[in-house]
Amino acid sequence: MYEFEHHKPASVADAASAMKGADDGKLLAGGQTMIPTLKQRLASPSDLVDLSGIAELKGITVSGGTVTIGAMTNHAAVAASADIKSALPALAELADHIGDAQVRNRGTIGGSVANNDPAADYPAACLALGATIHTSQRDIAADDFFTGLFETALEDDEIITKISFPVASKAAYVKFPNPASRYALVGVFVADGPAGIRVAVTGAGQDGVFRVPEMESALSSNFSADALANVKVSADNLNADIHASADYRAHLITVMAKRAVAKI
Amino acid sequence: MPDGTTGTGIGAAVKRVEDFRFLTGKGNYTDDINRPGQSFAYILRSPHAHAKITSIDSSAAKAAAGVLAVFTGEDMQVGSLPCGWQIHSKDGSPMLEPEHPPLAKGKVRYVGDQVAVVIADTYSQAKDAAESIVVNYEVLPAAVSMSDALTDKSLVHDDIGSNLCFDWEIGDEAAVDEAMSKAAHITKIDLVNNRLVPNAMEPRAAVGEFDAATGEYTLYTTSQNPHVIRLLMGAFVLSIPEHKLRVVAPDVGGGFGSKIYHYAEEAIVTWAAPKIGRPIKWVADRSEAFISDAHGRDQINHAELALDANGKFLALKVQTQANMGAYLSTFAPCVPTYLSATLLAGTYTTPAIHANVKAIFTNTVPVDAYRGAGRPESTYLIERIVDQAARETGIDKVEIRRRNFIPADAFPYQTPVALQYDSGDYEATLSSATKLADVAGFAARKAEAASRGKLRGMGYSTYLEACGIAPSAVVGSLGARAGLYESAEVRVHPTGSVTVFTGTHSHGQGHETTFAQLVSDRLGLPMENIEISHGDTNKVQFGMGTYGSRSLAVGGEALIRAVDKIIDKAKKIAAHVLEASADDIEFKDGNFTVAGTDRSMAFGEVALTAYVPHNFPHDELEPGLDEKAFYDPANFTYPGGCHICEVEIDPETGVTEVIKFTAVDDVGRVINPMIVEGQVHGGVAQGIGQALLEYAAYDENGQLVTGSFMDYTMPRADNFPKFDVTTEGTLCTHNTLGVKGVGEVGAIGSPPAVINAVIDALWDRGVRDMSMPATPEKVWSALQAAE
Amino acid sequence: MATVSMTVNGKSVSGEVEPRTLLVQFIREQLHLTGTHVGCDTSQCGACVVHVNGDSVKSCTMLAVQADGSDVTTIEGLANGDTLHPMQEAFRDNHGLQCGFCTPGMVMSAVDLLKKNPKPSEGEIREWLEGNICRCTGYHNIVKAVQQAAQA
Repeated sequence: MYEFEHHKPASVADAASAMKGADDGKLLAGGQTMIPTLKQRLASPSDLVDLSGIAELKGITVSGGTVTIGAMTNHAAVAASADIKSALPALAELADHIGDAQVRNRGTIGGSVANNDPAADYPAACLALGATIHTSQRDIAADDFFTGLFETALEDDEIITKISFPVASKAAYVKFPNPASRYALVGVFVADGPAGIRVAVTGAGQDGVFRVPEMESALSSNFSADALANVKVSADNLNADIHASADYRAHLITVMAKRAVAKI
Repeated sequence: MPDGTTGTGIGAAVKRVEDFRFLTGKGNYTDDINRPGQSFAYILRSPHAHAKITSIDSSAAKAAAGVLAVFTGEDMQVGSLPCGWQIHSKDGSPMLEPEHPPLAKGKVRYVGDQVAVVIADTYSQAKDAAESIVVNYEVLPAAVSMSDALTDKSLVHDDIGSNLCFDWEIGDEAAVDEAMSKAAHITKIDLVNNRLVPNAMEPRAAVGEFDAATGEYTLYTTSQNPHVIRLLMGAFVLSIPEHKLRVVAPDVGGGFGSKIYHYAEEAIVTWAAPKIGRPIKWVADRSEAFISDAHGRDQINHAELALDANGKFLALKVQTQANMGAYLSTFAPCVPTYLSATLLAGTYTTPAIHANVKAIFTNTVPVDAYRGAGRPESTYLIERIVDQAARETGIDKVEIRRRNFIPADAFPYQTPVALQYDSGDYEATLSSATKLADVAGFAARKAEAASRGKLRGMGYSTYLEACGIAPSAVVGSLGARAGLYESAEVRVHPTGSVTVFTGTHSHGQGHETTFAQLVSDRLGLPMENIEISHGDTNKVQFGMGTYGSRSLAVGGEALIRAVDKIIDKAKKIAAHVLEASADDIEFKDGNFTVAGTDRSMAFGEVALTAYVPHNFPHDELEPGLDEKAFYDPANFTYPGGCHICEVEIDPETGVTEVIKFTAVDDVGRVINPMIVEGQVHGGVAQGIGQALLEYAAYDENGQLVTGSFMDYTMPRADNFPKFDVTTEGTLCTHNTLGVKGVGEVGAIGSPPAVINAVIDALWDRGVRDMSMPATPEKVWSALQAAE
Repeated sequence: MATVSMTVNGKSVSGEVEPRTLLVQFIREQLHLTGTHVGCDTSQCGACVVHVNGDSVKSCTMLAVQADGSDVTTIEGLANGDTLHPMQEAFRDNHGLQCGFCTPGMVMSAVDLLKKNPKPSEGEIREWLEGNICRCTGYHNIVKAVQQAAQA
């Protein structure tokens, strides 16, 4: 790890001004991606602005058909939340299978969404459920938020404060983990909610999370696993690496989507 | 087999002595050792698989904060890291043996090769400074694969003129060809034994120290054999006489072979310590371990098995290419030869066998022994080709094995590839495993799985291995540059407690418990009166260390012999005190008694007398009670058994789940069944890991693609079921204890059982072959291709 | 440099650290509690697991400054003198350790599991231990040990 300055502001405003004052500042949420990145010397921020001291960024509320999760809420808290399990169980289950138990005790929803790792789980939920990402500056629809590999609509000193998910009547997430890292090789979130019927895929896309319109239309006419059986996803623009070719990932998208629908 | 014995003797499942310290965080691993004034080393490694070093500018690093010194290969003019085994090619010429400098001189030969060492007050300072070293490389074409290397277009070592290290053979080729010409059927197979990264959980570490007052060097290191390191580093690399070099291998967090070898970093910190006048610690991080620990396996085999019309094996012919990596690691040349090709008879009566082994240099990390070392490769070959022969001839896969087993009454059995097996009963372990695995119920389970759309398969491996390494006369004649005996010292203290000094080393095997049980059993002492000391060359007389399932069969036998010398001497002391003849003294339950009388001395009284010899006849009886033994085994030991694997495959995803794994192993007499079962569990997990999960992949430029736990699939708890493991069988006939060894059987026997099961599951869908590891994509692709 | 203060195994401690100092470095190098190990550099192996405010975390993936003000328990803080914690006892009874290197993290992780799920199934135990890699045991006896501890 290279040297850096550490700041621990008590408010979102202070965090934003700490970022503004830094040459090359980075926000530190749960650190479960940031710290390994720093350890590998793949990043060299001048300053780390630690969000863990900001009380307003934590907490879960469920009301009016919306699940709202503070950006610094860790995965274990989402997984264990009785309110989320009742309102949107697919989201709790997704959180319960992110990383491992220790990662879930530290990693946060805000950090995961802001990082937009192409193999992260939460982006699929955000896109499929039509979530809104609330920041220190504005509200951003998930559809506009994820802009590419590790890329989002966030400005440099913009801080995610919370994420709200409209409750869907039907939702499920199934992933096929990378056998080594256990990140999603392919993860598919299927939802039928206020945003319509949506199928969002993580792990597979060269540009990160994406939707599968042909599956969404197939489900619109017949919401069943069988309706997806013959929907083949193109391998174009899918990732290929030693763990899975693009063809295999394309195949797994269909299999995982079917299994997600079958779970509902 | 004694099992469930109470007490602390042979056969008792005694809880481990070492566990309290490990469970409470009080273990003492090399990285836990901090010496006064200690500095830290960071090794700058080659980013290229093959390159000339045209210049190194370390001036900025030398001037950086906290930096004490920077050394390169030009600074470190020392001996070459030695190879412990010399193989001769079939034409009689010795193997090509390139120089292996601890820090590269002029050229780097694999990604990870040591280029420079930076020593600083802190590790971070050393690592920071290393980034400012400017190394100019002239990148050369790399020979990454063995087939690339065999063309000799790019020489890993230009000074030796070829990438072919040796071209060796064993067996009677004419007899094999003759048998092949008369065969009713010949089964042919091509196999790859996948390259593995050992990944003991404790990364390697070393602390070097020099005492200017005494001129004595001390090296603390993560080693399976500290005396071997002292010998190799002291005599061959740094020219430090042994009486001035202490090597300590404290608690070591797993080895699996990877910590046998003498590594560059050990020599670097020891050599540099007097130069900077401070102790130096080096600790590998995991990414560094991936490109600096010796890798394992990596063979390509072609084999042909000739059968007669009844399915009897007539001959086996094998051609092997074995990857040595860029340099010869300590044991590397013996792995594909004397630890592999000599095992090609397996459990079968195949009368004619010939093997040709080409060992090849490549621009990759050196390859050496990893749990099983050569025996997993031969076992995989035999058990795969036997299964395939069964398929091709229509003979049931169990029946074909039975027809060819060496019968239980045929021992000692001389194979056509040098080894003479002393004991075994392969039918017995097969029968037991068949029952334990509920083979009878398999058809119903397969049908039930099919009703859920899943494919079930069952695979067998009736394996044999040779361990208890090794008889010095035999291995000496085969090219070993060392003897492979073991030593033990039993020091009885004046009040009757005992310290045992063993030349073996425990890095998870539980010697502190098992060896204490041997002493407890023989001397009738409670466990708490016995201490097992190992791992320090200044304490232990000598030792060859722990690998090749040798600790109990060789080291334990040495211990028994030392204990028996103690008993002999103690009898003389008791006889003197009790005024009887030593021949009349009986030793039982910790008491020395004059036969037929009630005159008796307890062990403790004899011990005290030995050290308070007020009226000893000193011309007949020396004071003290402290005995040593060196034991050189007469033969290898031959564990064997049957592993049966049952898998279920999800054809939609290609995922293979191990549903049930049954192992019935003949490991000779069991001292501690709890520890023995634990060894089998761990070995089986590594074998399943090789079969389904693990492989080291290089890209065409020689970069290790699977260079971290993010990409190299380490087996985790959810990859396995509980294992059904038991032991039964025969005793070794050439050691007192009757023990054979258990450290490697799990890793040796299991991979073919798993792959045979996978092929069995996929057979009805038209799949005819599967390579290791059978990853989900590979299985799915095979199903697609077969459709 | 930054000053950090925390409670470790019931004792108040503080120290001067660079912000880039990991919690595991602070524990091992400044507090000399070497029971917590480092087995990888990608947050996968779990040899470094400790409890921070009652939850298991990977101390190689947390800065010491992030633990400022926290209550930390390491493997050294689990036993009560010579009396082992039931999980430690279960590991010994079931031969749930061999080389001992992964053991501290494995035990700390398993203790956290039973706190959150006192009667886990075998499958739940195996799934929970996903973040702890053991190369010696094949996990068989580790799973048995956790099952025994859950019965205690």
